[in-house]
Amino acid sequence: MDATQLIHPLLALALAPLMAGIVNKTKSAFAGRNGPPVLQPYRDLWRLLHKGAVYSRTTSWILRAGPIVSLAAVVTALAMLPFGGTAAPLSFAGDLIVFAYLFGLVRFLMVAAALDTGSSFEGMGASREVTFSALAEPALLLALAALARMAGSPSLSGLLAGAVANPAVSIPVLLLAAAAVGIVLLAENARIPVDDPNTHLELTMIHEVMILDTSGPDLAFAGYAALLKQWAFAALLVGVLVPWRTGVLWADVALALAAMAAVAVGIGVVESTMARLRLVRVPQLLLAAVACAALAVVLVLR
Amino acid sequence: MQLILASTAIIFLGGLLALAVASRPRAASVLAAVGAIAGSAVGLVPALRAVLGGTHDAIACPWGLPLGEFHVALDALSGLFLVPILVLTAVAAVYGTRYLGHDTGPRVGVSWFFYSLLTCGMIAVVVARDAVLFLLAWETMSLASFFLVAYDDRRESVRHAAWTYLVATHIGTAALIALFVLMARQHGSLDFDHWNAGGMTSALASLCFLLAVAGFGTKAGFMPLHVWLPEAHPAAPSHVSAVMSGVMIKTGIYGLLRILSLIGPPPAWWGWLLIAIGLSSGILGILFALAQHDLKRLLAYSSVENIGIIAMGLGLGVLGTAYAAPTVATLGYAAALWHVLNHALFKGLLFLGAGAVLHAAGTTRIDRLGGLARRMPRTAMAFLFGAVAVCGLPPLNGFTSEFLVFIAALNGMLSGDLLVGATTAAVIAGLAVIGGLAVACFTKACGTIFLGEPRTSEADEAHEAGGTMWATMALLMVACVVVGVASPWLIGRSLASPLAVLCPAPAGLPIDLNVASSPLTGVVLAAAAFIGIALILVLLRRRLLAGRSVTQSGTWDCGYQRPTARMQYTSSSFAQPLVDLFRGLLRPRRDAAPIVELFPTAAHLQTHVGDLFTDRLIAPAFRRVREVLSRLRWIQHGRVQWYVLYIALTLLVLLVWKLG
Amino acid sequence: MDFWVNCLVVLIAMTNLRLLGSSRVVSCVHTVAFQGVLLGVLAIVGASGGLAAHGIVLAAVNIVLKGLVFPWLLMRALRETHLRREVEPAIGFGASMLLGVLLIGICLWIGSRLPLPVGVQASPLLVPAALFTLMVGLFMIVARRKALTQVVGYLSIENGITAFGLGFALKEALLVELGILLDAFMAVFVMGIIIFHISREFDHIDAGELSALKD
Repeated sequence: MDATQLIHPLLALALAPLMAGIVNKTKSAFAGRNGPPVLQPYRDLWRLLHKGAVYSRTTSWILRAGPIVSLAAVVTALAMLPFGGTAAPLSFAGDLIVFAYLFGLVRFLMVAAALDTGSSFEGMGASREVTFSALAEPALLLALAALARMAGSPSLSGLLAGAVANPAVSIPVLLLAAAAVGIVLLAENARIPVDDPNTHLELTMIHEVMILDTSGPDLAFAGYAALLKQWAFAALLVGVLVPWRTGVLWADVALALAAMAAVAVGIGVVESTMARLRLVRVPQLLLAAVACAALAVVLVLR
Repeated sequence: MQLILASTAIIFLGGLLALAVASRPRAASVLAAVGAIAGSAVGLVPALRAVLGGTHDAIACPWGLPLGEFHVALDALSGLFLVPILVLTAVAAVYGTRYLGHDTGPRVGVSWFFYSLLTCGMIAVVVARDAVLFLLAWETMSLASFFLVAYDDRRESVRHAAWTYLVATHIGTAALIALFVLMARQHGSLDFDHWNAGGMTSALASLCFLLAVAGFGTKAGFMPLHVWLPEAHPAAPSHVSAVMSGVMIKTGIYGLLRILSLIGPPPAWWGWLLIAIGLSSGILGILFALAQHDLKRLLAYSSVENIGIIAMGLGLGVLGTAYAAPTVATLGYAAALWHVLNHALFKGLLFLGAGAVLHAAGTTRIDRLGGLARRMPRTAMAFLFGAVAVCGLPPLNGFTSEFLVFIAALNGMLSGDLLVGATTAAVIAGLAVIGGLAVACFTKACGTIFLGEPRTSEADEAHEAGGTMWATMALLMVACVVVGVASPWLIGRSLASPLAVLCPAPAGLPIDLNVASSPLTGVVLAAAAFIGIALILVLLRRRLLAGRSVTQSGTWDCGYQRPTARMQYTSSSFAQPLVDLFRGLLRPRRDAAPIVELFPTAAHLQTHVGDLFTDRLIAPAFRRVREVLSRLRWIQHGRVQWYVLYIALTLLVLLVWKLG
Repeated sequence: MDFWVNCLVVLIAMTNLRLLGSSRVVSCVHTVAFQGVLLGVLAIVGASGGLAAHGIVLAAVNIVLKGLVFPWLLMRALRETHLRREVEPAIGFGASMLLGVLLIGICLWIGSRLPLPVGVQASPLLVPAALFTLMVGLFMIVARRKALTQVVGYLSIENGITAFGLGFALKEALLVELGILLDAFMAVFVMGIIIFHISREFDHIDAGELSALKD
């Protein structure tokens, strides 16, 4: 364990809100507004951390446990991701499965916390969340399995190590896997073709509606966990899409950070130019991700 | 070995005593439970010794029955199945004393007798080494559990369930008899020790394998043969469901493994068949579980799903053996065996939790419950742990075994050719789908039953489970955590000897369990990091909230002022998007009286998801058979003299045939 | 060069999946046109050992016919019939896509077993991709109800056949290819007119209703 392994977790913890700020700034630019400052998400979190809390009389300890477990699980998942040449603090055969399943744990607890309030709106959001995630999960794992086969390594650190051996096969595979991971990124992080993070109509939301009754530090934890989760998926996407390494540590990290910013801008562009899909169409989008991932598997298998 | 026989005797004695004092239900319960605990304690010693030390001891002596001798043996594989059998039956027996506590009449004592008989039957199945003894034990187990299922026999649905189970299990037994006859003819002996791969043609071995899959698969609940599970599990008392689902169906897996170890090196297509069965059982099982309205039915379908995961592990093991890929084989078999243990723990816990709910609220209809977490917090916590484990989420034990299946598949994917790669990719995708759907299924169950507001007055008046019931659930809950966290160490210690039985040395597969335990060490590290961070966050939250206002209020329902409990999302509405997405497979039936007028009066909506295979395959097949057989109705006319004549004629014909 | 062939083949496979998953007829028409253009490009890129004249001819005819003429004809028919969506297909769009993924696997297996003429130096992915395109076309004809989507399926079959031809890249194939293209052209032309007339006569183009004519 050397110190460079801690670079990525610290960067993620520090910069995840900034990424959301960049997304919002991009959307504002498209809409011709000034928009909130890039650092606004930090201020929001800070303010929430210093507030009291209001709990529904219906709720039990599960509502309070949800945000804590989510944040802890997401931070643990971040520890398995390599980033721009820095190795992950935690790396072992099959860590990609733990990575995916930690988000399953997050989902389980957040959905339970939503149902804990007994509100039909939060139940609705929870129902949609589990529906779409059940389809996103095979896409993510198949894409990672294809990359694992290509890199010949069963761990995230190995398969994102950035070696492009046989470009004729590997670049199409990387693109397909990136497409699958990209769709999963949008679906898992309440982004536009699937969910609208800005809407204030409870009927149309998924993630935001699940935390209607969470307040104060709990809301800060849940919000921060969501931001870190977005960072984790974006970092995964960057790992797939930017397989080149210069060999110089700071240059690699800078390159990866630039790519992260590009992903944030990309999310903003998608959100500005696309409409949210009708809910019955979302499974098709996710199936398209599964198809991309399956195609990647087919390509690497031969 | 003597200890095992002693343990069986003690358990059986407990059952007999319970039957003797059947007029006093409480005494009967206590006697049977004491017998179960004492017997288990005695039996665990040799079982653990066999698993950890890999010892093999046997008793063989001639007995009065024709064909073969009384031959029992305890090797590591038997021991590995024996441990969960002994533990779970003892735990469930303790639970049952309280669960049946409010019942009166002799049926309690009778039920305990059959409970002990079921335990003895299961023990005998895993130690029997003679085909006749095995079948006797198998039948004892099946019949005892039939009587246990029929406990509440005044209800028509229970009688139907018990009947379905009886028919299903005997169809399976028929396949087993055919299998044993084939093996015995081939080797000229009914003793398992004389059975080996030598001299078996591949066609014969394949036929035996198929018969074993059909026969043992019926008991285990492989997908097209699972039809009895969702009927029998809800009908039986909860502690019996826990035993049946937790360990009894695993005897099917045991039988399959035992036969696999006897019929020689497997060809690859056996692996593919098992993986196909596993995928269909897993995905369809969890889908049907998701669509259920009854908690115990949901759990029964979830057992089918978990049997599917075990079958996938077995399939990968077989595939690895066939392709001479020792890592895949070891990981696959280890995953299957490990999931057998884990499923016994968490499914036992879940069924006991369901029993507590039934005990407290008088129903397991999910949509009639709600808000139980505030009324029975300890049960809710236990059930939640069980649910997280059954979803295969870290850091509990369910994840460790699903993780092993995953890395077995990943290893196959990394090294295999096109066909193996495609198969393992299908396993990975299938497991991911199962994982996602399991989360949907069990958040639905937990959320609707324990969270929110009570939907009916029964749920409102529910009470916490008693101390005994809670203690057993707590024990299983702690076991789920401990087994999850200690898995690398436990697997390294306990699976080596059973695996050696499964792939004996001549097959040329070196067993190195490091391939399983070293990634699991990483899992445990991640789990430790997770728990550590969570604890820090708990403290941080306490610091942040100290001195600030923490108030209570009503749920924010988007400005709506008078929400009632009936406006909550129900389990049916929660599952509706997924049920609708998979309506081609689930075929939900809707019965709705829509709202038509401006001031609607009465409206109702009812949905029902039947079993695809019962409705489309089994029921039509049985109808066809009944049509054919009804032509023979004239034999059944009710005249006793004629029946005597039949018997006499049969005897005469047999005599003539034998002498002639 | 191998890289571009692979990329194109993957793109062709993805257009197929889009054909299976899309309910909007307009996007089906556009997708199949795009597929035709991709095939044209493939003819240029995939020509082993430099660009022969026949390769360029084939590519040009492919791109012009399939990328411009066919979509124009079909869009015209589409406008006349006011058809927007394929509703209630025999097999749902999600299920179609899953079947598509399964078909990819089967095609790959067939492709690895199919004996090819000696001396053919095609990318190992070309034959599976051609088969896949062909089968998707057949599948659309079977599983969709509107005559226009069925025409799209027919075009997809044609694309598959072209891809096969490209895979073998035999010199004599030029005439055959052109013949097939001409055939397809006539067929699309005729079908466009027929659909137009059927639509005017019956106010719909649901092929399922044809069973009413059986006796």
